[in-house]
Amino acid sequence: MKPPHKAVATVAALALTVCGAAAQAINGAGATFPYPIYSKWFSEYNKVNPKVQINYQSIGSGGGIRQLTNQTVFFGATDGPMTPEQMQQAPGRVLHLPTVLGAVVPIYNLPGVKGELKFSGQILADIFLGKITKWNDPALVKLNTGVSLPATDITIVHRSDGSGTTYIWVDYLSKVSPEWLKRVGVNTSVNWPSGLGGKGNEGVAGLVSQTPGSLGYVELIYALQNKIAYGAVQNMDGEFVSASIQAVTAAAGAAVKSMPKDFRVSITNAPGKGVYPISSFTWLLLYENPKDKMQSKAMVDFMKWALTDGQKFAADLGYAPLPAEIVKLEMDALATIKVS
Amino acid sequence: MAALPKRRDLGFVLLTGGVGLSVVLVVAAIAFELVRQSQLSIAKFGLSFWTNGIWDPVSGEFGARPFIWGTLYSSVLALLLATPISLGIAMFLSELCPQRMRQPLIFLTELLAAIPSIVYGLWGIFVLVPAVRAVQTAFPDFLRQLPLFTGPTAGIGMMSAVLILAVMVIPFTSAVAREVLKSVPVAQREAAYALGATQWEAIRAALFYARTGIIGAVMLGFGRALGETMAVTMVIGNNPQISLSLFQPQYTMAAVLANEFTEAADELYLHALIEVGLVLFVITLLVNGASRLLIWSMNRPPRARKVEPVAAPLGEAA
Repeated sequence: MKPPHKAVATVAALALTVCGAAAQAINGAGATFPYPIYSKWFSEYNKVNPKVQINYQSIGSGGGIRQLTNQTVFFGATDGPMTPEQMQQAPGRVLHLPTVLGAVVPIYNLPGVKGELKFSGQILADIFLGKITKWNDPALVKLNTGVSLPATDITIVHRSDGSGTTYIWVDYLSKVSPEWLKRVGVNTSVNWPSGLGGKGNEGVAGLVSQTPGSLGYVELIYALQNKIAYGAVQNMDGEFVSASIQAVTAAAGAAVKSMPKDFRVSITNAPGKGVYPISSFTWLLLYENPKDKMQSKAMVDFMKWALTDGQKFAADLGYAPLPAEIVKLEMDALATIKVS
Repeated sequence: MAALPKRRDLGFVLLTGGVGLSVVLVVAAIAFELVRQSQLSIAKFGLSFWTNGIWDPVSGEFGARPFIWGTLYSSVLALLLATPISLGIAMFLSELCPQRMRQPLIFLTELLAAIPSIVYGLWGIFVLVPAVRAVQTAFPDFLRQLPLFTGPTAGIGMMSAVLILAVMVIPFTSAVAREVLKSVPVAQREAAYALGATQWEAIRAALFYARTGIIGAVMLGFGRALGETMAVTMVIGNNPQISLSLFQPQYTMAAVLANEFTEAADELYLHALIEVGLVLFVITLLVNGASRLLIWSMNRPPRARKVEPVAAPLGEAA
């Protein structure tokens, strides 16, 4: 069904372009993490505004930034903000526009342990650094009073592929543990001190669910859909918060006050009540002054729709919608993009 | 061998020659592109890229040694496992198998080659890895002290990768070995039987006759094992460490490319990954070159032998 539809749209787009109307196909590429919501948005928006056909290739954040810099696509998408060097390499000013929020949760497999485990950032960092190696380590026992933790080894499972999920996870560990920041650091792949690497969320989840005594991390959406046990994490205010869509939106709300104008901000370990600390934006990347003003106009219109009407699709797909304050700031930013 | 081409065949010669040459050009172009796109990493690390054991995308320090080790170790072990089995299959199918069973069995072994590697990978995660873990758990403690069997009881690791590679290599090696055995002149066997050889001795004579082809079959399997990506990535554990242990998670060159290429946004990081591809390319060339050399050196002595002239007339009679 789809290809003929696409072909018709392309032919129609061509015909209309020739006639001078504002119909077109817009190409983008980037992160895989927001792909489900983006593809939903692009198909829904096509129903609202049939003249605009947006195509998105989920090739990874790195690839998205490269293609945007080479101007082979009109827009990019990334899970980690572009570095200052990357911003400089781009031929024009690039705007970061948060679209939705996601969260990463610690998942574990401990047969016989009932109820939700509690973790602090420091403990998670020490486990992933290889300093805490047993489930009945005094630090873990202290946090989880009343839970009988086994004396078995902790098998660490991390992502082997470069991924935005890893970026969010290690970004959080770097903020809570100076030692992590110094020894490992932040990137989409890092030099892990220990553990097994699973490919993709499904690889990590598969390993954790098969290996008793293991601890890993996956996107919240993945843990929810597959009903995997995940732990609560202590936030900056000292509360133990279990990840939920509300707790993730709360993390973004807490960041509003300190939000920089270009939205390139990490909201892991955000302060505030009820905040889940391992949360992050995912960004869509647009040039401020692109060559093709017609595409620019169409894309800005799309973004306005996505930030308002589009947000209602987020929760069903496991993403947290943006708080209203952020949407307002972004509308101002969208107004600065040149459309004529 | 062939006489000089007649004039009207010139077009044909040029056409096939051009096609043949294009392969050389493609290989040269691949080598050129790999070097060009990894020059940042080549300039920065030089030869230490082959020997450095640290792979740290955050600090920008890259060395490929754990990946080179993982690739060679897993491929060699897989070959040790797959070669005897493949030869057994080939001998059975070409020499011993009842006629009625032969075609179905050939079809089934070749079907193994048609399974996509991602399917092998999923089978690995959900069937093979739990089985390996069960074996690991049952391993007596004193054996687990040996360097060959240390490591976590996770199932995932070198052992699972070797087993999955062996299964994937078998259809290729056995198919080629079977064809090679089939092409051994009937006279060879008849001569052996005429001398009072048993069935096994006759087959052994055929194996000896076909040895260069069989080495080719094994090398084909080796090439396949070196480059296998998806299935290995899913079960090897992806931890860049060098270990003799079959139970430790390790890493291969193809796996690190598959894992990290899409998200490598930094220039040096990208160049280092492409250099890993270059290293894999060079190692594959070396392995192929070595196998040619081996075949060439084995082909020389038989010319001095006087076996074939005796067998040939018999073959014609049969």
